[in-house]
Amino acid sequence: MDIAIIGAGAIGLATAWKAAEGGAAVTLIDPAPGSGATHVAAGMLTPVSELTYGEEPLLRLGLASRERYPSFVAELEELTGLGTGRRTDGILLVAFDSDDLRYVDDLRRFQESLGIPSEALTGREARRLEPMLAPGVRGGLLAPEDGSIDPRRLTAALLAATERTGVRLVRRRAAGIVVERDAAAGVRLDDGTEVRADRVLLAAGPWSGDLDGLPPGTVPSVRPVKGQVIRLRTRAPFLGRTVRGLVKGSHVYLVPRADGEIVVGATQEELGFDTRVTAGGLWELLRDARELLPGITELDFAEVTAGLRPGSPDNAPMMGATGLPGLLLGTGHFRNGILLTPVSADILSALLLDRPVPDIAAAFTPDRFTADRFTAEVSQ
Amino acid sequence: MTDTGADPLVIAGEEFGSRLIMGTGGAPSMHVLREALTASGTELTTVAMRRVDPSARGSVLDVLAACGIRVLPNTAGCFTAGEAVLTAKLAREALGTNWVKLEVIADEHTLLPDPVELLDAAEQLVADGFVVLPYTSDDPVLARRLEQAGCAAVMPLGSPIGSGLGIRNPHNIELIVERADVPVILDAGLGTASDAALAMELGCDAVLLATAVTRAQSPATMAAAMRHAVEAGRLARRAGRIPMRRYAQASSPFEGLASGRANL
Repeated sequence: MDIAIIGAGAIGLATAWKAAEGGAAVTLIDPAPGSGATHVAAGMLTPVSELTYGEEPLLRLGLASRERYPSFVAELEELTGLGTGRRTDGILLVAFDSDDLRYVDDLRRFQESLGIPSEALTGREARRLEPMLAPGVRGGLLAPEDGSIDPRRLTAALLAATERTGVRLVRRRAAGIVVERDAAAGVRLDDGTEVRADRVLLAAGPWSGDLDGLPPGTVPSVRPVKGQVIRLRTRAPFLGRTVRGLVKGSHVYLVPRADGEIVVGATQEELGFDTRVTAGGLWELLRDARELLPGITELDFAEVTAGLRPGSPDNAPMMGATGLPGLLLGTGHFRNGILLTPVSADILSALLLDRPVPDIAAAFTPDRFTADRFTAEVSQ
Repeated sequence: MTDTGADPLVIAGEEFGSRLIMGTGGAPSMHVLREALTASGTELTTVAMRRVDPSARGSVLDVLAACGIRVLPNTAGCFTAGEAVLTAKLAREALGTNWVKLEVIADEHTLLPDPVELLDAAEQLVADGFVVLPYTSDDPVLARRLEQAGCAAVMPLGSPIGSGLGIRNPHNIELIVERADVPVILDAGLGTASDAALAMELGCDAVLLATAVTRAQSPATMAAAMRHAVEAGRLARRAGRIPMRRYAQASSPFEGLASGRANL
């Protein structure tokens, strides 16, 4: 079977690898693999501390993906010899003031009601774990099974894995879908040439709706949600694990890597396809990071980037068939693309290869927005 | 005779069937926001112009358009009259409306309005032809000054934005309502349905809220609760409440009871 995948972010790369491993002839199309949200992402693997009311299905998908990560990374390392910087030292969520603590307590109760283990800590206990935390932090929560990964190393390893498994990488922009007899028959590139395929997977993040040839309504709304992220470097040990903070109602996180990099993120801005780095964005991140960890000002500045998360209407990914036969969708991963990479690759490659799809995928089909079931319930 | 007929909210000569004005900040997702707005029955909803790109697809503006809800741009995030005026003008250009919710805040921690900058910006925007709806503190004097400056409504806070503390000074809200000849819209601080009902019972013409709905565990359910609360509070205000008494007053008369019993 010939498969074309548009978009070589984490999701497209991992799916290409798994589909090729499953015996398909895969062509992966992207002018700059791994250069989108994947390049900017911090790589937190934290279904637990990202938990939101009403998003329990997404939690379950995140937990499934977190559980899949050890074997996924082991397969990747065995195939390519490349590491991914994955860490499993937990994620500490801390509350800066009493209002923030009320939010964290509420989150803990919600987690408990769902049977998710997390450990409530006093401010002192949190500071024993992370001595660089500001003395005033009020308390926190430890999600012991959460962790992080370096998305840039993950991308490099996935790219190597696609090479090893014979994926053909076409470094061009996809301009449109070739439609024949009311079905997807391939991809038209920006130079006018075509890549023929039996199945096409659209994994182009917020650009997924922009292709020519798509009948209206084929792809549900995927919108860009901008995130600005700062990378700092430390020469002395500064953080033992990822720290997320709630600081006077706003969120900030710091993800340390073994090589001394510390990723500080992230803004969440609804500004369309805008990747400008702004004074206000950087200021807010550094302001909150400094409240939480006063010593941050001594670290070296390394990099600042802005990327676009692919946001779906309900923040959950859209994976599965579209209204156009032969065209599948694999995007909308929003804030969770890196976390959801293993489970998404399993689901999407199974769909592409006509193999049994994990049950958990049923809640994430793209057609779920056609029926407004929630609205109907509430208006009664 | 019941008096529950048509009772539109009128702002600057335009009628709205719903007296609940919604904000959009804080919703966990566009889908949840859409459900909540639908359940609220709102016809007018604010959008922070500094936080959207009017040309972007799938944005909150698209959600409002799909729901048929009129957009009220606001100047959230501005600290000076200069910024607020500029933001209002950009909004007018981008959205083609001269209505603006004017918000000029004094500091990030309390998000309280800066009264001096607010009045300054209001005067400039009114002079430029805007329909100005200012978010103000619950100071009756400032509310009157804003009205005199030509604002189309006044929007006093119940308590700080997002605090959910309810109406901390109902007496001031009553004083504002008593003197105002433009609609009074209780804006900010509401936490739950009874707060919204109280605002309407105090005589406010409408309620504007966001966080109480968007950050509730079930936003759409809370939006439905707010819709009912606003309607209930408005009806109670129109009905005219009873005076409060120190001692009980039986609702059915005692007279004749003894003879009535004798017949049993």
